Amino acid sequence: MNIEYYLKRDYISSLLETEGKRHDGRQLDQIRDIEITKEYVGDKADGSAYVKLGDTEVLVGISMMVGTPYPDRPTSGTMSTSVELRPIAHPRFESGPPREESIETARVIDRGIRESGCIDFAKLFIEEDKIWMASIDIHILNNDGNLFDAGGLAAIAALANTRMPKYEDGEAIRGEWAGNLEITSTPIPVTFSKIGGKIVLDADIVEENAVDARLTVATTDTLNAMQKGGKGAFSSDEVKECVRRAFEIAPTIRGLI
Amino acid sequence: MSGESEVKLIENGVRLDGRKPDELRQIKMEIGILKNATGSAYVEWGKNKVMAGVYGPREMHPKRLANPTEATVRVTYNMAPFSVDDRKRPGPDRRSVEISKISSEALSRVVETHLFPNTAIDVFVEILQADAGTRCVGLTAASLALADAGIPMRDLVVACAAGKAGGEVILDLGKEEDNFGEADVPMALSPRTQDVVLLQMDGVLTNEEFERAFDLAWGGCEKVYEMMKQALVSKEVSE
Repeated sequence: MNIEYYLKRDYISSLLETEGKRHDGRQLDQIRDIEITKEYVGDKADGSAYVKLGDTEVLVGISMMVGTPYPDRPTSGTMSTSVELRPIAHPRFESGPPREESIETARVIDRGIRESGCIDFAKLFIEEDKIWMASIDIHILNNDGNLFDAGGLAAIAALANTRMPKYEDGEAIRGEWAGNLEITSTPIPVTFSKIGGKIVLDADIVEENAVDARLTVATTDTLNAMQKGGKGAFSSDEVKECVRRAFEIAPTIRGLI
Repeated sequence: MSGESEVKLIENGVRLDGRKPDELRQIKMEIGILKNATGSAYVEWGKNKVMAGVYGPREMHPKRLANPTEATVRVTYNMAPFSVDDRKRPGPDRRSVEISKISSEALSRVVETHLFPNTAIDVFVEILQADAGTRCVGLTAASLALADAGIPMRDLVVACAAGKAGGEVILDLGKEEDNFGEADVPMALSPRTQDVVLLQMDGVLTNEEFERAFDLAWGGCEKVYEMMKQALVSKEVSE
């Protein structure tokens, strides 16, 4: 337990509840500045993007590898998503196998991308018993909160700038590329955080410690993934309002990619 | 949520298993089925067979995880290797870790955790046979087991899913509807306070379809909630 955050928790929720203000002076629906750098590590990785959301820094690398298909889907490519909460990013993060926090983040980002259909897995089929496997590796470099949105944004930005390795005799030729990975839509996750009865956008790490419940909503032109987290709850009206607002907010963020 | 279905999932308002769009599968609940557990419950929901057992409040191990202000509700969701068509490798995978986490959070909302500082309330959910919607069945069973354990709670947590399959918004997706349908929306409520304590969604829905699915799942939860209350009184209920 970080004592500073613990002490700030009451301050943050009472400031919101009584004065409707956030600790850093942002509007309730104000997202921190977003900076996107494509091909941040462009020499080795097939695709990459770096996203800075306030002081949260995320680097995503995409690796396209040749693999064998799942027996029940012999003509489909695959994708997998991992989130590494590297110890460099926050004093609370430790080395070791993924814990539940990183697993949940990765799975929610994965669902947003997968269910949007932005990757046509049929097009990742190469030949009998050979498919492309897209690995989305989300590396958290500095955690200042809202890893769902920062990671999800960096992941789709990296996918949209991914080259397809050259394929020869059953193998990918490293360092040579043939065209780009086709991405047909841009799923954007938007996370709403409920603190002391108020709902704010893009909570930073200090606010996250005061969050009762959060709701991540990933949309394209349709709704593709949702996840509620935290020990608190949302009312029916709050859920519907969050979904409506996610559809409104996503296009602005999408425009940055 | 992807893949093409050879068969029609719904035709003239009748689903593959004969249900109407807003109809739940058959549900059976039994309370207090395990001797060792502080509280336990068994729920059959369609072809799902799920057992939940509660141990605690008891000393938290490892001790550094103990919270000096309240009890920690820990759900462990586990699928038996034989619960699915192709044997599942035993032990936790990424899916079950995620389900365990969000189920723990959902139940934490209703348990009076402040009464038992430093302790753990361990809830074990065993999926013995899986046929779509196991996280909802597991959470419903877990909540019954907590009540059976006599742990003070503000409400029961009840879970139910809705979604879209064969182009229609439907309640409580069956296996084929889950595999070949367009979307799944599992949800859990604390009905007394009208609180949404768990909500997930994956697939493709318009905003309007989502709202319909959400309302449908809400209605399903209210029906299951009535059964749960009855089960706790009569120790067994079947509908």
